[in-house]
Amino acid sequence: MDAMNKPHNDSLLRFMTCGSVDDGKSTLIGRLLFDTKTILADTLTHIERTSKKRGMEAVDLSLLTDGLQAEREQGITIDVAYRYFSTGTRKYIIADAPGHEQYTRNMVTAASTANLAIILIDARKGVLTQTRRHSYLAHLVRIPHIVVAVNKMDLANYDQAVFDKIRADYLAFAEQIGLQREGHDIQFIPMSALNGDMIVDRGDAMPWYTGPTMLETLEAAPPAHSEHDEPFRLPVQFVCRPHASDDPELHDYRGFMGRIEAGEIAVGDAVTALPSGQSSRVKTIELGNVQMQRAITEQSVTLLLEDEIDISRGDMLVKTGQAPEPVKQIEAMVCWLSETPLSTARTYIVRHTTRESKAKVSEISYRVDVNTTEHLPAQGLNMNDIAKVTFKLAQPLMVDPYKVSRPTGAFILIDESTNNTVGAGMIEA
Amino acid sequence: MTTSTKETLSHLDWLESEAIHILREVAGQCSNPVLLFSGGKDSLCILRLAEKAFRPGRFPFPLMHIDTGHNYKEVIDFRDQRAAELGERLIVRSVEDSMKRGTVVLKSPDEPRNKHQSVTLLEAIEEHGFDCCIGGARRDEEKARAKERIMSFRDEFGQWDPKNQRPELWNLYNARSHKGENIRAFPISNWTEMDVWQYIEREKLALPSIYFAHQRDIVMRSGAIVPVNVPLASGDVINAPKPGEEVINMQVRFRTVGDITCTAPVPSDADDISKIVLETATTTITERGATRLDDQTSDASMEQRKKEGYF
Repeated sequence: MDAMNKPHNDSLLRFMTCGSVDDGKSTLIGRLLFDTKTILADTLTHIERTSKKRGMEAVDLSLLTDGLQAEREQGITIDVAYRYFSTGTRKYIIADAPGHEQYTRNMVTAASTANLAIILIDARKGVLTQTRRHSYLAHLVRIPHIVVAVNKMDLANYDQAVFDKIRADYLAFAEQIGLQREGHDIQFIPMSALNGDMIVDRGDAMPWYTGPTMLETLEAAPPAHSEHDEPFRLPVQFVCRPHASDDPELHDYRGFMGRIEAGEIAVGDAVTALPSGQSSRVKTIELGNVQMQRAITEQSVTLLLEDEIDISRGDMLVKTGQAPEPVKQIEAMVCWLSETPLSTARTYIVRHTTRESKAKVSEISYRVDVNTTEHLPAQGLNMNDIAKVTFKLAQPLMVDPYKVSRPTGAFILIDESTNNTVGAGMIEA
Repeated sequence: MTTSTKETLSHLDWLESEAIHILREVAGQCSNPVLLFSGGKDSLCILRLAEKAFRPGRFPFPLMHIDTGHNYKEVIDFRDQRAAELGERLIVRSVEDSMKRGTVVLKSPDEPRNKHQSVTLLEAIEEHGFDCCIGGARRDEEKARAKERIMSFRDEFGQWDPKNQRPELWNLYNARSHKGENIRAFPISNWTEMDVWQYIEREKLALPSIYFAHQRDIVMRSGAIVPVNVPLASGDVINAPKPGEEVINMQVRFRTVGDITCTAPVPSDADDISKIVLETATTTITERGATRLDDQTSDASMEQRKKEGYF
């Protein structure tokens, strides 16, 4: 059996790709899927047929990411698509987002779950406005690992000087927006997605480049939550009280169910329930019918406590002494997602972890030009706008700054009349 | 940047944990959800996930199957047995009842009934007032599904509008709906066929026997393996061979189970889960490509059916 195809995986990495079709983004994804043997024969036959039908000589790997009918008709990608591939050591989830300015909201959506971003640059064009936009957004949404893929090296004679110049230009720009200063890790790879150089195989064209290939870089990237210690946060999703059960042992069972969004917990740890502030100790940790001594980040578990305290959905369990202050006002960077502009007169619903509150805008400090990162004055917000906004809240929320903890620093805004998700927010304070 | 490597979840544990989180969000946000359960491998995974999400409590939703009347008897028996073992309520609504009501009209008696499930599903949603249906669809199955949300909004006609989907960020799901509207929740969106089989192997899940290699009468019809003379739970037998077709007894298994008229088996000698995992790792044909007779009509056939209210 092929080594790439071993049914054995140890970890999972979610990453996103930023770029347009012109940068060879679809070809890169197609190449990753193809060279890791994710593409099966019938799919390949299908795209071979389509390539021929469209008058192309070689198989167009970008067709692998061809999307919905509406998109095919318009020849563009409108929405985020999720793709999957697996190597011997890892499973990958790719969020494939359209790169155009008018799809900023889709990029933010794709970025929200990514731990690594591949930013594509056309070797012939260098650092463009869209490169700045993609990098700013990756920074805004705090994707810790950035891989700058200098693609189409085949069209630049595989010239090291071209690569070096783009790297220097990018680093100068990264310095401007504080990418490395604020902890982002940046790597550069010269490649040709079309010919497959430096994607999965190294190829012979760029002996001057001795760094890792794209796949090696992905294989080595740390998974989310693996690099820093984080305070324990468990937003309660559901309370299990099976009191109707015939089993008398279950009569007093009160299980607090939720996913550990950050940190770890062990039996015996002192915990505090928020917003009530009542404390107890962890008596039992369960996952299904298995009891565990400890549980780690991203595990969905059930906690049973020593004492009977009143906890319901929307409350948060934290370790005693590590509690965030409940707040009734938040300052956040907001990406507006809806075609209906933000109205400062209206009330919205903020959904933060498993908790909701009504919210009103009290101030829009500024809007950000995503191409120049310049701050501009703003009265309202239109779709794809990014702005710093202060909200007043009807209910207290237990928040962390987004740069400290993505899951407990993020929220969405919901329009009560349509129930649509209209905004995405990242809490600054 | 620190270089410490803290312990993180294996990919299967991560997928399991994400799915449990999604199921609990459905329970927390929706007032009257239902879990669509067919007896197939994906929905059997979801049942195990629901056990992990809600036990020792009961599931906060009933199970429901939309039966075309053309399902393999082995799968229907397994469906009933599994629901009984779990002690959870199973609702069965039948396409044949919709046909009797006149809401489903077949173009010909042997027209595949798969797409008509949408009508029966919508009728059942209205009858019970369900505000959310939990399903086993995966994004890797088909390209119209690659852009599907985990919580997918459907209007009061059950329609999926690919241009009007709610943005879905982080793990902050929005399952709100007005009366008459509906959310479809897909807890295993991020799983691949391989993940499903690995999970079945790890959790030692029992499956209907037709997933394993068995001898079956088939004919070859336009390149596909078509099972013939299939007994139904009702006692009827369907899929008689057409005149001139040669009936072959072949060793096959099903990679996906569904309506008999549109699900084809593959040749296989995988008679246990570990052999199926191995076979899945080395196969050269996609799950739908090999086995679904209804998705090959056009590039957009799944997309079209989803717009009309399909799962």
